Amino acid sequence: MTPPEAPSPPAAGAAGRGFSLRAEAGARRLVLGGRIDTEAAAELWPRLMEQAAGAPSVIDIAGVEALDTTGATLLVSAEGASPGNRIEGARPQVAAVLDRVRTALAAPRPKPVAGLPTLARIGRATVEAGRGALDALAFLGELVVTLLGTLLRPGRLRFREVLRHLDEAGTRAFPLAVLLGTLLGVILAFQSAIPLRRFGAEIFVPNLVGISLLRELGPLMAGVILAGRTGSAYAAELGTMSVNEEVAALRIMGIDPMALLVLPRVLAGLLVMPVLSLMLTLAGLAGMTAIMGLLGFPLTTVTNQLAATLKMTDLLGGLVKAAVFGLAIAAIGCRAGLGAGRGPRAVGDAATAAVVGGIVAIVVLDGIFAVAYERLGL
Amino acid sequence: MTAAEAGAAAMDAARGGLGASAGGSGPGDPGGGAGGGAAPSPAGAPGPEAERVIEARDLTAAFGATTLFRHVSFDVRRGEVFVILGGSGCGKSTLLKLMIGLVPPAEGTVSILGTGVWSTEGAGRLALLKRIGVMWQQGALFGSQTLQENVELPLAEHTSLPPAARAEVARAKLGLVGLSEAANRLPSEVSGGMLKRAGIARALALDPPILFLDEPSAGLDPITSAGLDELIRDLARALGTTFVVVTHELASILAIGDRCIMLDKAAQGMIAEGDPRTLRDESTHPTVRAFFRREAA
Repeated sequence: MTPPEAPSPPAAGAAGRGFSLRAEAGARRLVLGGRIDTEAAAELWPRLMEQAAGAPSVIDIAGVEALDTTGATLLVSAEGASPGNRIEGARPQVAAVLDRVRTALAAPRPKPVAGLPTLARIGRATVEAGRGALDALAFLGELVVTLLGTLLRPGRLRFREVLRHLDEAGTRAFPLAVLLGTLLGVILAFQSAIPLRRFGAEIFVPNLVGISLLRELGPLMAGVILAGRTGSAYAAELGTMSVNEEVAALRIMGIDPMALLVLPRVLAGLLVMPVLSLMLTLAGLAGMTAIMGLLGFPLTTVTNQLAATLKMTDLLGGLVKAAVFGLAIAAIGCRAGLGAGRGPRAVGDAATAAVVGGIVAIVVLDGIFAVAYERLGL
Repeated sequence: MTAAEAGAAAMDAARGGLGASAGGSGPGDPGGGAGGGAAPSPAGAPGPEAERVIEARDLTAAFGATTLFRHVSFDVRRGEVFVILGGSGCGKSTLLKLMIGLVPPAEGTVSILGTGVWSTEGAGRLALLKRIGVMWQQGALFGSQTLQENVELPLAEHTSLPPAARAEVARAKLGLVGLSEAANRLPSEVSGGMLKRAGIARALALDPPILFLDEPSAGLDPITSAGLDELIRDLARALGTTFVVVTHELASILAIGDRCIMLDKAAQGMIAEGDPRTLRDESTHPTVRAFFRREAA
């Protein structure tokens, strides 16, 4: 026989908050009273559940005047905490809410999603990666076909769209390109002047910075700007259009999304990148010239050094590289947008994929260009 | 007293400050306002003596030089399903946003449970927001969270329930709207009707005494729409919740509405108020008649 228990005091704050809980002596009887709403349930939950989880108890709610669905959830959970628990004394109005919540909680729980075994996960990831690569290849093929088709029939190209994207991707990015280029030139000149000074070779700073900017850093930094600013915007815009089924609507109307949406953006990327790269490079050279001035070298010395070092192939090589970077970044942005899934998260994922994909692509392409230029003796 | 009426009474008492009169089984609204009395409302609606939980006075909504409506005044009584209806572009959703404090009125005042929506700030406003729930037209569920997590969010923010309790309470709310088995799905993985029901479950999370629903039936098939109407009536009766519903779905208006107001774009204001069935049968206003009879204006 269970030894008699002393009655427990009402729950803390009960008097002020309009609810009470006590365990009665002798029998396992948990007596609740007052108003069991969300706030009261939050306070009572740990204590009631602890007491209800012990030996079978009667949960006496005759004193409960009012109950909301959260309070009812607490009572039903306490009733289920031990097999012998039962609720007694509910007033009709309280019983109505209690019954409704009891029915709601009795509904089957969602089936747990079984995780795939490791091997299957690897297999699925591999298949998805392969499928992604094939999709990318198909997209590239479709883009080339559209491009060739447009070359044969230039009237199909929407010039107004191209101009709009040139403005958005180019004109509006010029201030950023000039700012970054200037700072890059200043930093490169200053940092390279420090070690070169030890050998009295500061005069070669223009040679170093000029080559770096023209051949590598100009196109690369412009590519980073385009990927971050424009590639992500393309992905977000086309991703939203995909989510809203605008792309599907175009297809059903017999309008090729590749010609209407992708081609103008890719052409804009192709055309705008050499200009961005050139502006960034010129701004960088200006920044470097300023630092050289501070180090005591006149403008003539800097221009003479640059003229002696730089060749037209350096400039053209950089511009060609920039154009290819622009094409790749725009195509990757468009591909990410058109391939977006459902929901707002898909648009964010597409924008991330566009930026990451764009930056990785320009680094890989830069490596390929480095090898190709070396083999061609440029 | 029926179980449904008893449930309403229980919630009335649970809401303390609201008093206890509205939960009773008053006679069907005889048409309150312009309508006059004819057919009874769907389910023992509170009578004219019931406490007014929302008071809107002389509301005017304008965007720049465009005025949507002028001098709209009405009361919402505790425990009723109050419908704001009207044709497209008349300002129904704007009126709802104005009532919940999202869009400021050009003129007029709104008070909810005695608190001025536009005159209260800080802690008072937060306390007011915790006493209303809103179901948005498209559900407005957070796409990166499951339905269960969506419902748990307000509980985690505004209550001290332990995590296990929050999960159980969220499960109960989803069960109330018949979505127990979809609890672990993302919003993108469920149908439009399920999204709306999940929106109601999230709005119910804190057991607010007033729920605002923006176009709950829009875009749903008739069967799903009827199921949602039934759910709204059911919750109103069982929990004693006051519903303010914006809709232009005729079947829904007649199925769930205890009282309604009708806005009109041409009149730039309210053209009718009363029991929707009475308005349908007895109104002499040409626009109201055309609306209820589905006639071209």
